[in-house]
Amino acid sequence: MGQYLTIDGNEAVAKIAFKLNEVIAIYPITPSSPMGEWADMWSSRGQKNLWGTTPLVQEMQAEGGAAGTVHGSLQTGALTTTFTASQGLLLMIPNMYKIAGELTPTVFHIAARSIAAQGLSIFGDHSDVMATRAAGWAMLFANSVQEAHDLALIANASTLKSRIPFMHIMDGFRTSHEVSKIKILSDDNIRAIIDDDLVRAHRARGLTPDKPVIRGTAQNPDIFFQARESSNLLYQEVADIVQEYMDKFALETGRKYKLFDYIGAKDAKRVIIMMGSGAEAVEETVKHLVAKGEKIGLLKIRLYRPFSVEYFLKALPKTVETLVALDRTKEPGSIGEPLYQDVVTALAESKKDMSKVQVIGGRYGLSSKEFTPAMIMGIFTEAKKKKAKNHFTIGIVDDISFTSLDYDATVDIEPDSVTRAVFWGLGSDGTVGANKNSIKIIGEGTDNYAQGYFVYDSKKSGARTISHLRFGPEPIHSTYLITKANFVAVHQFGFLERYDILANAAKGATLLLNSPFNEKQVWAELPKEVQEQIIAKKLELYSINAYEVAKSIGLGNRINTIMQTCFFAISGVLEKDEAIVKIKEAIKKSYGKRGEAVVRMNYAAVDASLENLHKIKLPKKASSKKTMQAAVPDFAPEFVQDVLAPMMLGDGDDLRVSALPIDGTYPTATTKFEKRNISLEAPVWDPDVCIQCGKCVLVCPHSVIRSTIAEEKEFATAPEGFEYADARWQGKQEQKYTLQISAEDCTGCTLCVEVCPAKNKSQVGRKAINMEPVAPILEKNRQDWDFFLSLPEVSRIDEMQFNNVKNVQLLEPLFEFSGACAGCGETPYLKLISQLYGDRSVIANATGCSSIYGGNLPTTPWAKNKDGRGPAWSNSLFEDNAEFGLGMRLTIDKQVEYARELVIRLKKTIGAKLADELLTCKQIDEKEISEQRARVEKLKAKLKGKKSSEAKDLLSLADILVKKSVWIVGGDGWAYDIGFGGLDHVLAAGKNVNVIVLDTEVYSNTGGQASKATSLGAVAKFAAGGKATPKKDLGMIATQYGYIYVAQIAMGANDTQTVKAIREAESYDGPSLIIAYSQCIAHGINMAKGMDQQKNATLSGYWPLYRYDPRRKDEGKNPFQLDSRKPKISFKDYAMQENRYRMLYQTNPDQADELMAHAQEIVSERYQTLVDLAKKGK
Amino acid sequence: MDLKTKYLGFELKHPLVASASPLSSNVAGVRRLEDANAAAIVLPSVFEEQIEKQDKILDHYMDFGTHSFAEALDYFPEPEEFKVGPSEYLKLVSEAKAAVDVPLIASLNGDSPGGWTNYAKLIEQAGADALELNLYHISTDSSMSSSDVEKMYLDTVSEVRKQVSIPIAVKLSPFFTAFAYSAKEFCNAGADGLVLFNRFYQPDYDLDMLEVVPHLVLSNSDELRLPLRWIAILYGQIETDFALTSGVHNHKDVLKGLMAGANVTMMTSELLKKGVGRIDDILAKLTKWMKKRDYESVMQLQGSMSMKHVADDDAFERANYMKVLQSWKEDPTGKMY
Repeated sequence: MGQYLTIDGNEAVAKIAFKLNEVIAIYPITPSSPMGEWADMWSSRGQKNLWGTTPLVQEMQAEGGAAGTVHGSLQTGALTTTFTASQGLLLMIPNMYKIAGELTPTVFHIAARSIAAQGLSIFGDHSDVMATRAAGWAMLFANSVQEAHDLALIANASTLKSRIPFMHIMDGFRTSHEVSKIKILSDDNIRAIIDDDLVRAHRARGLTPDKPVIRGTAQNPDIFFQARESSNLLYQEVADIVQEYMDKFALETGRKYKLFDYIGAKDAKRVIIMMGSGAEAVEETVKHLVAKGEKIGLLKIRLYRPFSVEYFLKALPKTVETLVALDRTKEPGSIGEPLYQDVVTALAESKKDMSKVQVIGGRYGLSSKEFTPAMIMGIFTEAKKKKAKNHFTIGIVDDISFTSLDYDATVDIEPDSVTRAVFWGLGSDGTVGANKNSIKIIGEGTDNYAQGYFVYDSKKSGARTISHLRFGPEPIHSTYLITKANFVAVHQFGFLERYDILANAAKGATLLLNSPFNEKQVWAELPKEVQEQIIAKKLELYSINAYEVAKSIGLGNRINTIMQTCFFAISGVLEKDEAIVKIKEAIKKSYGKRGEAVVRMNYAAVDASLENLHKIKLPKKASSKKTMQAAVPDFAPEFVQDVLAPMMLGDGDDLRVSALPIDGTYPTATTKFEKRNISLEAPVWDPDVCIQCGKCVLVCPHSVIRSTIAEEKEFATAPEGFEYADARWQGKQEQKYTLQISAEDCTGCTLCVEVCPAKNKSQVGRKAINMEPVAPILEKNRQDWDFFLSLPEVSRIDEMQFNNVKNVQLLEPLFEFSGACAGCGETPYLKLISQLYGDRSVIANATGCSSIYGGNLPTTPWAKNKDGRGPAWSNSLFEDNAEFGLGMRLTIDKQVEYARELVIRLKKTIGAKLADELLTCKQIDEKEISEQRARVEKLKAKLKGKKSSEAKDLLSLADILVKKSVWIVGGDGWAYDIGFGGLDHVLAAGKNVNVIVLDTEVYSNTGGQASKATSLGAVAKFAAGGKATPKKDLGMIATQYGYIYVAQIAMGANDTQTVKAIREAESYDGPSLIIAYSQCIAHGINMAKGMDQQKNATLSGYWPLYRYDPRRKDEGKNPFQLDSRKPKISFKDYAMQENRYRMLYQTNPDQADELMAHAQEIVSERYQTLVDLAKKGK
Repeated sequence: MDLKTKYLGFELKHPLVASASPLSSNVAGVRRLEDANAAAIVLPSVFEEQIEKQDKILDHYMDFGTHSFAEALDYFPEPEEFKVGPSEYLKLVSEAKAAVDVPLIASLNGDSPGGWTNYAKLIEQAGADALELNLYHISTDSSMSSSDVEKMYLDTVSEVRKQVSIPIAVKLSPFFTAFAYSAKEFCNAGADGLVLFNRFYQPDYDLDMLEVVPHLVLSNSDELRLPLRWIAILYGQIETDFALTSGVHNHKDVLKGLMAGANVTMMTSELLKKGVGRIDDILAKLTKWMKKRDYESVMQLQGSMSMKHVADDDAFERANYMKVLQSWKEDPTGKMY
């Protein structure tokens, strides 16, 4: 009897990979990161592989680096692997050719994912693996979590025997992240399949000076070709070898696999051929239809490369009339997608007469697009036609090139024996965690099978999660979302006003609400549309005020255990008492290691849940006065109404092809239309206490706090009660100052309250800005906010210098309401840059958090001013961002040069005075830039209608004569690791680019993996035992060039220095590098105290503030200025405020002490170096 | 000179005990105290809140931000185990126990019954010779009566008593309406000794920042008089051991404590200020003083000036208060205020 576990695909694969390797080189990339995380964690715990030794796990700086390391490790004879996806796999391609060319056994485990094209997508399809087809690797596809576990072993065995390297592929997210009950292979199972002689043979081929050989020679035209053909026979043997291991595996485990697995009618006329998780849904559908007499079938491909025509033909029913090749990828410009072409070729080459078979190819499921039985039936219906549509798409409506097939979306084939439950929650309320727990309870505690799949939001703060759980007596093959749920839980009452949650509730389903209203009030508080659906579908309604229960127990807003208990109490999945026992067992298991207090708290939650759960008696008629809210206001632009609004509502799947931009170009400034209302509290201004310092405006990560000054007459039409005060600006005392907050956009982080220095003299606990409940002030707040936006902007050409926080607060931010985490440490810097230079900036943004909150649809935060100007933003890749930004600079430089040449050439047309002014204006401040803009308008007016090519060219280039600012934005993963080579080169190139590194000291976006910016002693993923090496000193490296402006800043430590550094960097006509301390939830801190923690970092000497300005050398001054004072607190004082350091004391205190002492030495040493540098002359 | 005394069933070589302080917060420090001749050592207090909050904070941050975003389902590697509860403290107890021969008294600080009291058992298992239970509660809730607070305290002592078989000393504050009665009740609930008194660290105001700030002031000899008086009152009334803490800085303070009835006197501030070498200095002066006056042993003077044994027991009662007031004379110069 094997052990059953409920785990996801990543863990299922990592378990085998860890067992069968000696060296593992890793680099994080979604959705494969967890495989590396598991391997690293097991290695740090000293777990053993099959041969009783702990694999070495090495994080690399990039996937290219990981592939190189793997290659070297393989060449010296170690069993070696890596895990990757998408662009990561693409970066490995050069090494993959080498590894295959040298006939090196290895398995790369891939969570297949889309490749960024018109946009990035983290979700699953086969674009990445299909891009590597020519590298000479075997490609083995697993369609489910169980298969991913099993085929990982078969791939390893086969590569050792065949010497052909394998890609073992599962679908990103659908398999890698699906939690499923699977049978785990024991060490005995693995031993039975793996031949140690083959392992030793691999080792024997390793490079060693004891038996020296040379490999990797340079070959010439005389022999390269022949040598390339020399391994052909090995490729021919792969199919037999894999099948041989599959047969051995079947004997060992009872689970049978074939290279081409056929399911369906023996005399099938219509057959789908495909690989990947979609095959599970097809299998389910085929079985359903064959039972009804349909002559259809499915041919599942396991081994896609080398493609065995022989096995393919053997498996294909001879009766087939139409063969549908489904590809989960797209190759624009090709005759058809890869599988289609292979099938056509295979049939064409077959000696048997298969010419009558109609082959059609179709694309499905790109970027994890749903692939359902309804769609599959649509395909089989199409395949009935004698001239079926070829090169079709399914699952979308293509109203441009009309590739899509129609289908009846209402079809549902799921059996009644399967419990289908959907939970709508917030990321922060613990819903997903609780559901994963429930799956374990049912999957591992009963005979039932269980499946869980989780859909996440595109925002990081206030993120919505939807959990799809299935439980049933048979293995579950439904690789698609639930559309007819018999249990629906809504953990956030507000969702009912925004999303059509009950659309997917089955008749008679149970509905569980977490309601802030009591059992008598709850019905009346539901929107009418919801009431109507509840009555029409005859739902059973239950309600609990889970937040109240959680609060009373000390669980804060974690309602996970409470809602989980309610689910078990009313869903009937398990008998209630049995369920309660099992929940408590699970609590002990999950939380036991976090201490008894935590366990007790959760036990209390279980008991309190049952006491507070109420069944609601339903009236016969809907009577609510409330209705569901529109996603966006009526005045939103058409594109927002028609395209972005459906995406916000979760209806993006229904958008037709024609609705979408063809080249990935989207309007900016759209977050303002998505009022998310995610915080129950928002700051409220107290003008009597306020000193108008602007600190709250500066630190607000979501730009919801704005201020301005204006003539008093401007306030004449202000809504009643609109607050303003006398302006506290020298020379502007007659004007009025106002500070306003957009409560609907606030995430409730409270950074503003924390930084506010002004205390109420009568109640020192209150400040000039205080958190208040949103509900009572919402309507008034909307009016005030709208009025505020109608006030005139502060003139940028005013005598006021925007060189300090107080003045900068008045500038309009052109970065607003992003989806960044509440309390994000990165976004205040970006907002500040947008205030200062947003109207003339081009931004290159490395992939990472800032590209996600900056560019993840549906709505994006980079905004425009009233003149329609604002940052133009783009994301290329992770690794190339510095180069991408340099490219932008080069364009601008070239265009400026050409435009200036044209101005000279067209001087007569333009007029000498205007031409000279255009050419000589240095544009060193806002006034000059404004004047240049006016000149450019004059220039355009003069050029308008001119017919010469030069005049037309100059007209098209005129705007470039206004100075542009190029910003290269990214995180530490990019700057310190994957993009460092490029960054170094770009900085060294000497061009006028401004680089800002938002340094969170980990790969925040992929879940906190260590980078070279991670500090010594900090625990991070891939540094589970605490990072043993110090943080790379990127700033000091850059200063070595002598001509790069370098600054290290921390807004919370010294906001004046931050403003100064950004202004100096931008004004420097050369490369600038700003390294900005950015607190992050991956630090495990109270985010409200983020700015305090920045201050502590500087006070401890860990994050000294400095500026290196090469211009000062010309003035005979020391270019280096140390802006922070000598340390006042120890590094430990700073570090112990953060879980990343503290947790090491709770796992390995001796190691923690040692690392902390070492970290202090490094901090002191580095600080002294800076002191010495500052003391030096020029 | 026979300096031996008994405390919590242990025969101590003299009556100077190093009380809970940063000096005993690690094994090296504990060893230093033994080398400096401390008769017994009290380890720093492990707080109920410290244990529970630390675990809850860990729990909070391990889950914070998790399962919210598809690319980052969590932010920290999940270790195989955490050293939760008082694990670090237990490590200190067991290592310190192995390092020294003098009695080692662990200290647990809390104020109400609850699951945390089983930490006492873990502390016993780790090797502590005795347990000092530090009851420290600031009663800010106006709906909570003095009897509620006392009941909570007594329940706590009973609960801890059930957990361990090693001696328990209860460390108390002086703020009880009927202290003598309460002291007796604590002994009935299972205390083997009373440690008098706990010092309350009062917060201060920072006038620049308009903030309430913690403020630690080390004790001085003046603070001796409160525990001195109460030990003198209770000695002979309640059959228990007494430890005098707060304000013990020199041999005279020690003598006074012993004469009032203390089995031992405990020192922190003096050792922090002037170093652990003060133990031997004080012992030398204590011996000299006793020799000069022909005392033979510490036992001989213990309780010799308790209320029971002084001629004028009014000195400890209300009458003494009047005497103090009456002893005040108006400043004839008018300059003092």
